Amino acid sequence: MTRQKLLARVRESRLFWPLTALAVILLFDALFAPGFFRIGIIDDPVYGPHLYGNLIDVLNNGAPLMLVSIGMTLVIATSGVDLSVGAVIAISAAMGAVLINPALGDRLITNDILTADTTNTPLPLIILADLAAGTLCGLWNGFLVSRARIQPMVATLILMVAGRGIAQLITNGQIMTIYYTPYFWFGNGFILGLPVSIYIVAGVALLAWVLVRKTALGLFIESTGVNARAAYYAGLDERNIKLLAYTFCGFTGAIAGLILSSYVHSSDANNIGANYELDAILAVVMGGTLMSGGRFSIVASIIGAMVIWAFTITMYTFGVPADALTAAKAVLVLLVILLYSEFSQRLLGRWSLRKGPSHDAAH
Amino acid sequence: MPIAKHLAQVSLVLALLPVAAGCAPATPVAQPTTAPAADVKKTYADMVLCYPQLGAESDWRTANTASIKETAEQLGIKQLVFSDAQQKQENQIAAVRACIQQSVSVIALPPVVEDGWDAVLTEAKNAGIPVIIVDRSVSSDPSLYASHIGSDMVLEGQRAAAEMNKLLPEGGAILELSGTTGSGAAVGRAEGFRADLNANITILDSQTGNFTRAEAKPVMEAFLKKYEGQFQGIFVHNDDMAIGAIEAIKAAGIQPGELKIVSVDGTRGGFQAMADGWIQADVECNPLLGPQVFEMALKLMNGEPIEKSVLTNETVYYPDDALELLPTRQY
Repeated sequence: MTRQKLLARVRESRLFWPLTALAVILLFDALFAPGFFRIGIIDDPVYGPHLYGNLIDVLNNGAPLMLVSIGMTLVIATSGVDLSVGAVIAISAAMGAVLINPALGDRLITNDILTADTTNTPLPLIILADLAAGTLCGLWNGFLVSRARIQPMVATLILMVAGRGIAQLITNGQIMTIYYTPYFWFGNGFILGLPVSIYIVAGVALLAWVLVRKTALGLFIESTGVNARAAYYAGLDERNIKLLAYTFCGFTGAIAGLILSSYVHSSDANNIGANYELDAILAVVMGGTLMSGGRFSIVASIIGAMVIWAFTITMYTFGVPADALTAAKAVLVLLVILLYSEFSQRLLGRWSLRKGPSHDAAH
Repeated sequence: MPIAKHLAQVSLVLALLPVAAGCAPATPVAQPTTAPAADVKKTYADMVLCYPQLGAESDWRTANTASIKETAEQLGIKQLVFSDAQQKQENQIAAVRACIQQSVSVIALPPVVEDGWDAVLTEAKNAGIPVIIVDRSVSSDPSLYASHIGSDMVLEGQRAAAEMNKLLPEGGAILELSGTTGSGAAVGRAEGFRADLNANITILDSQTGNFTRAEAKPVMEAFLKKYEGQFQGIFVHNDDMAIGAIEAIKAAGIQPGELKIVSVDGTRGGFQAMADGWIQADVECNPLLGPQVFEMALKLMNGEPIEKSVLTNETVYYPDDALELLPTRQY
């Protein structure tokens, strides 16, 4: 294979652009924030020795978004979109907080609660209830899209708006603080020096990968996304494929809610997972999956999510306040979208043609 | 989010129904203040109080909400119109307008930010509804509202500075986690703190954590890496952010007491953190304003003279007393 062809293959790879974006952000850090890459080892009294540094934060803080991006990838690949993931996160977090201590909602915290470190529901049950709530939300979205034939944006908008209200009702409109140490493990714990959340992401990504790449499901999703009607005439029940994609997206949102509420030790129905739907869509788009559906890459979406968090933590490092972050993020979005646009693709194509026409001609 | 708001309102109405039904036929259950015998005098049973709570961002706020609701129930007032603005001023202004439409007796407003209240306060004044500003302050002309009940945020900042001066007698560098940008609490605490801080202590950096754990934690994580070993203390504008920041500090392998942390609020979570050795001084900010608010509201309804500004009596707590006082904390 000629060098030119190799370059072209690299450039056409789905991972090329998200990896480039990540590299650019990290290069920026390397130049302007020398301490950014420092990684130390810390012996935590609770979780044992573990790695510590900005890069670990990118992984740990980014984990919920990576999870949601996996689900969102499948939904977008069917040419849909799920705007409700932020709300699903809130519902899942609210469920967890309420099950741990139902008294915290409308009453003042008493000292016995603060010091007791107990839960009203066994932890496995809490996890099951969280996952069930999120999956049910996903199923609802899937039902509206596949059976009621409502446009995905409208169908999931319903839960996006209602979901935080539901979470408010569950928690009685209050921020519920969680005082139960084992629950904190998901968002703060470590296994072999790396955050627990990263293993969860790896597990879910593996599950999704096996589902879509080791079975024909991935192909079904792509064909549904490219042309649902054609898929139907080809003998695919595109309705069930959509149902599955939305349900899976709800499932990933539920896990994200669990990790996020564990990370901050509380459930705040208003703010937890705020704008995650938009960040997830952005991550998927950065991963090269088209909003019109079709070909998709789960790994590329996960890297897209990492780009967003690497960027966020970079901005924190440079002292950009949280409120102004969205403006900076918009610049990132603009750059990425421009890179993907036909205009820049054409420019790049022309540039590589000019550099090595002889190689192409030889072929 | 209109639907979410509607849901909240519906649930609020449902929640209030039994209270209203329970109180209407019977005489008020308890009247702690000496209710005058004269018939013309209005009592708590006539009171419709509007409390557009600014949100539910911290344990302090939860305690404040609980105090208002519990006091309303104890006094047996006619109706408490309670709403939650979810930390958004436009929601709060809408809630105040709705209360003006309902012709409530008194509006008690805990403003989410300082500025931008002139229009709606003027509307309330024109409608003849007195407004009590609760907790955080407003920048509007004092003639537009009846009174301000709350804490002196500047004084809290000054007290925090005095503590930091004591903790770092040799001077040093500190970081600041500030509250919601533009809120009376954040502005006042920052101002008071800077006014009284010793010249040999420098504030390396200041960022907002919006008074919540969720936002304070990642900000502190980034701070810890950026200023590793360069700072000796942190001034945090409330206990919830302090708790979020302590989570990040713990993960960095720092031992309790290595960093001097001064916080504001004195919530139970803050006391626990003090008992554990993380917070060295906690400036009190009392959220249990219910009794004061209702007492003043009744005076306003009866046209009795009131003070323009009522400051709550507050103190500073230290780790030595924390364990002992912890069981007595109500919030």
